[in-house]
Amino acid sequence: MSQSGKPTGLFKNLSAKIAAIPMVLTALVVFVGCSVWTIVYSFTNSRLLPSSKWVGLDQYERLWGTRRWLISIENLAIYGILMLILALVLGFLLAALIDQKIRFEDGFRTIFLYPYALSFIVTGLVWQWLLNPEFGIQNAVRSLGFESFTFDPLYNTNTVLYGVLIAGLWHTSGLVMCLMLAGLRGIDEDVWKATKIDGIPAWKTYLLVVIPMMRPVFITTLVLITSAIIKLYDLVIAQTGGGPGLASEVPAKFVFDMMFVSQNLAQGFAASSMMLVAVIVVIIPWAYLEFGGKKHG
Amino acid sequence: MRKFNTIAFGAILATTALPAFATDLEVTHWWTSGAEAAAIGVIADGFQKSGNTWVDGAIAGAGGVARPLITSRITGGDPMGATQFTHSSAMRELIEAGFMRDVTEIAETQGWKDQIFPQSLLDSCTFEGKLYCVPSNIHSQQWLWLNNAVFTDNGLSVPQNWDEFVAAAPTLREKGIIPLAQGQQSWQKQLMFNVLMVSIGGPELFEKVYSGRDADYAAGPDVAKVFTAAAQARDLMEGSNVQAWNEAARLVIDGRAGGQIMGDWIQGEFNQSGMKAGEDFSCLPGLGVNEYITAAGDAFYFPKVDDAEIIAAQDVLAGVIVSPETQVAFTKAKGALPVRRDVELQDPTPCMEKGMEILKSGHIVESINTMVSPDTVGRVTDLMVEFFADPGFTPEAAQAEFAEIIATAD
Repeated sequence: MSQSGKPTGLFKNLSAKIAAIPMVLTALVVFVGCSVWTIVYSFTNSRLLPSSKWVGLDQYERLWGTRRWLISIENLAIYGILMLILALVLGFLLAALIDQKIRFEDGFRTIFLYPYALSFIVTGLVWQWLLNPEFGIQNAVRSLGFESFTFDPLYNTNTVLYGVLIAGLWHTSGLVMCLMLAGLRGIDEDVWKATKIDGIPAWKTYLLVVIPMMRPVFITTLVLITSAIIKLYDLVIAQTGGGPGLASEVPAKFVFDMMFVSQNLAQGFAASSMMLVAVIVVIIPWAYLEFGGKKHG
Repeated sequence: MRKFNTIAFGAILATTALPAFATDLEVTHWWTSGAEAAAIGVIADGFQKSGNTWVDGAIAGAGGVARPLITSRITGGDPMGATQFTHSSAMRELIEAGFMRDVTEIAETQGWKDQIFPQSLLDSCTFEGKLYCVPSNIHSQQWLWLNNAVFTDNGLSVPQNWDEFVAAAPTLREKGIIPLAQGQQSWQKQLMFNVLMVSIGGPELFEKVYSGRDADYAAGPDVAKVFTAAAQARDLMEGSNVQAWNEAARLVIDGRAGGQIMGDWIQGEFNQSGMKAGEDFSCLPGLGVNEYITAAGDAFYFPKVDDAEIIAAQDVLAGVIVSPETQVAFTKAKGALPVRRDVELQDPTPCMEKGMEILKSGHIVESINTMVSPDTVGRVTDLMVEFFADPGFTPEAAQAEFAEIIATAD
């Protein structure tokens, strides 16, 4: 009799398990397998083709001695932190405003969400033109009579990242708004009624009651924004090409250029392994705290 | 009966070294702009006349996009019939790994050794005594292009060399004209620096640094002159906020900039806007200092295949590319120089004639792409991108870093 217990465990929800097999295999072979392969080959001297000549940590030594890589990381950090904060704040504000039972809500929602339907390449090109001093915003304002108006963030080493950030925010805020709006709509009307009876001001209710209740929505949003930040590549390609100088280089572009332009696969592998390590260092403790230890209701 | 006739006819043709049946040959390339597409059309037509079918495999985007696609198809076991590739060492690994076809036999039967000029075109794709590519055309980069009107309208004579150009620059600046136009893309920075290496430093310096990899020399006073010139160029380029090379050319054509350092493919832009070489614009090979040019260019490579029909078609294509008829029409369309000495250009511009003369006199330097690996080119490019963008980056500091790259170059 004791044997009948075990198969039940293994064959419980059998069809669901069979259905999950392709995805499990994909995850193991494609994600884990390729990651391991990449890491292993980052210790070789592969150039155009993978080679198995072991060189130890040489690729990593060279990587961390390359100024362009260091600049790329710094750029991504600045962009990432600002993007994360501003996208959440902007998205939430837009959602809270739209949630005030305004007229034409559908219209506004569509307008705000629309940029998300465009690819980063298109977004980048549009903003490259808008921010171009010759035919963009600067030119438009100047033609109104403000001759000394200057606005060319993409052509200045110190401001180019903010130029990219503007485009990134324009692209992402709408999606964040939609997620937040869904979260806000999920809050029970009774919560609002209760706080009104207690005479708590609206901003305090948002900050202390509603936002904590929207925790799952925030986490989903966080994951979406963060992955978009790490992948930042096409926006930079379309807007600046990494320039002026190296001022808007990002790690993903470094990896691509190393692998396909410089034809130095191992160096590109080393850089992408470092990106993976960075993601793991951030995600594992967080995932442990979030999904491990205690169970959320 | 008809079929039999075809076979018989085919057999006759076969004896005259033409393929009997039409074979589909896929040819990949990244020549998609107007002039380039017209040029590849010349080769395609020549190939079709042989009775085979040209399957066009144009890849949109520049070499950076196309090269990984082409290499992954070859290494992934799905090779095309033939592919255009830059004349460089980038192919070396594929050749060493045995993916590419050795065309020495075709070259010998068709006598390329006596026809192809300069010899370096063949040398740079010869490995272990075997030839692996078919050169199609020559492009050179060491040119300073000037809009004559910009100088004459401002009371200056048109500069004849780099020093005169630098001397004329302050006057242009006063008039609000950018002396030297330059696109912001990284390859253009690399091109600029290496043109200065050849033209200001001279051909021996160029080869000593990249081919000899003499790091002490690269840190020495001769190369320092090149870096001083690069710092000058950086000042002259200030205000040239465009990305692509043809946008920079537009600044020169519109008279908003005085000149541009760029390869000979820029002529197409001048021609299109109706400007005439010698009258409306001038070209100074070697910046008017050292009249040496790199005779590198494009070439076609053939992946190794088993199919006898495709091999026969590859042979035909190789012959078509170097044939005098194709060379004349092809180089005219592309604005390039031919790879043979024995062809006459159809109404060449004064600039093309200058280029031909330099080629014939043998004033040729090897291209950086054949002397060092793409990885080293990439490191030099990164350094130059930073140097040209940051006026606070001193020539001395840049030279020290450059010498370090040369010390570890491969």
